[in-house]
Amino acid sequence: MTDAATLAQKLVARAAGRTHVQPGEIVTCAVDFAMFHDSSGPRRLAPMLAELGAEIWDKRRVALVIDHYVPEADDDARRIVKIARDWAREQALPHVFDGRGICHVVLPQAGLIRPGMFCVGGDSHSPTGGAFGAYMFGVGASEMLGVLVSGQIWLKVPQTIFMRWSGRLACGVSAKDMMLSMLGRFGMAGGQYQAIEYCGEAVAALSMNERMTLCNMSAELGAQIGVVAPDAVTRDWLEVRGADVEELGLARWHSDEDAAGTRHHFDASSLAPQVAVPHSPACVRPVDDLEPTPIDVAYIGACTGAKLDDLRAAARVLAGYRIAPGVKLLVAPASVADREAAEREGWWRHIVDAGATVLASSCGACAGYGGAIDDGATVISSTARNFRGRMGAATAQVYLGSPFTVAASALKGRIADAREILS
Amino acid sequence: MSRHRVWRLPPDIDTDQLAPGHAMKFGLPEIAAACLETVRPEFAREVRPGHVIVAGRNFGIGSSREQAASVLVHLGIAAVIAPSFGGLYFRNGFNVGLLLLTCARAGEIEDGEAIGFDARHAVVTRFDGQPLPCEPIPDFLLDMVEAGGLVPQLKQRLAR
Repeated sequence: MTDAATLAQKLVARAAGRTHVQPGEIVTCAVDFAMFHDSSGPRRLAPMLAELGAEIWDKRRVALVIDHYVPEADDDARRIVKIARDWAREQALPHVFDGRGICHVVLPQAGLIRPGMFCVGGDSHSPTGGAFGAYMFGVGASEMLGVLVSGQIWLKVPQTIFMRWSGRLACGVSAKDMMLSMLGRFGMAGGQYQAIEYCGEAVAALSMNERMTLCNMSAELGAQIGVVAPDAVTRDWLEVRGADVEELGLARWHSDEDAAGTRHHFDASSLAPQVAVPHSPACVRPVDDLEPTPIDVAYIGACTGAKLDDLRAAARVLAGYRIAPGVKLLVAPASVADREAAEREGWWRHIVDAGATVLASSCGACAGYGGAIDDGATVISSTARNFRGRMGAATAQVYLGSPFTVAASALKGRIADAREILS
Repeated sequence: MSRHRVWRLPPDIDTDQLAPGHAMKFGLPEIAAACLETVRPEFAREVRPGHVIVAGRNFGIGSSREQAASVLVHLGIAAVIAPSFGGLYFRNGFNVGLLLLTCARAGEIEDGEAIGFDARHAVVTRFDGQPLPCEPIPDFLLDMVEAGGLVPQLKQRLAR
């Protein structure tokens, strides 16, 4: 038996107060940070907490993000959001983000997710936090309640699956395409609820936003977490947001070279834009292999596909053009800060001038909460899931692609390859 | 061993099929009425307490929404039996008191069949008495299901 460990195993060991953990053993971990939103959070947690007569173990380690039911579309949404706001006030929670954007994006923007941390989120895309070298996974409301009253959670120590990407991505190809190609190859159970570590030259070259996209869709790959070892790119992100990077000791958060795990290799330089066809994120084809597919709606939104780098990508494609007649381009920036940064940098103007309809920075149509997708519509979307009915209308045909692909499709009126426009 | 009528479902049943987004703003009775509406529209109307679901691989993939599990408890489903489950769904199931049995040979069971199961001994018994082995479940998870889920269990623990 060797003491060599993967990054995920080191993160678990630290949280379990151990020097070493074995894959497969069940351990109890101390939670550094817990996040929940208006849908999974107060409306479920408040009554259960009251029923138990218990208190939150440490309010500084908790964040509430109101992102699912804002802006309030009807009385039910108003009721749910009011419960969240009232409860946040009553509990005097120090970390509340109300209408500022989607939880997986606003938390790291506030510098709350840092390398070495062990975190849980009341949302399945919580593995996004792994982009920062944290162990972060999604839990349901009951389990969140368990964390809130105890500060602890049980865990089966995962194996690690290494996804090593060599080479460099071509212009117009992005982390979303890397993820879709892995989904096409391994399917939605490929992650086996283990840990996935993304590594190699092409991953090291990705921005934090792009690493977030990879880790975010670890959920679709069926992994418990996705993680990227922190490096200079991570350090820069954290420094700008006020973290003491020396104190964090980034260098220790990496996998030992001889650590056991499953290893897969990919070449980024030969990767073409990928598209998932209805009704699964794992039904994936290179964009050039699709039949001609006219679209009604192009949607750029969600934690997966509307962060600053996603908006920049879309703007690069849209700059100087107008969307095709009869096509709706809907853009819901992942956070207010992302939209403001895109405005400052001049990218936003290209999106608006191309004819986009701007939506609020919330989960919106991605989870079918927004009602923006009509019956029978054909949609190309930068989001993570195209399950039947996911975006609202059961008869909608939803295709998934990168922000480059969605923007190019909006211009052409059919699913299109952004490389044709960018070259 | 009591017998349970089987509802067969295909592989890759996702949380949005169990608890559709359009019903998520409501309580469990409304979500239950929409449960599996795109897969077996008659399910919510005809399912009875004590029935079991036998599904294909990857049951419960997708969202963390716990209602996708609690809706089946609400409808009285005694157990879900499948070759594999979404990892997050597996945690949620036990947390809300829903028994999930991982059975590699679940595919042999037929729709409408009456089966038995014994979670402590990790076995499903077909209508003709043929046993199908399941993966053993740690005792602390079975205790949680027997207590009715994590919240009732926490309540017992905090009361002590």
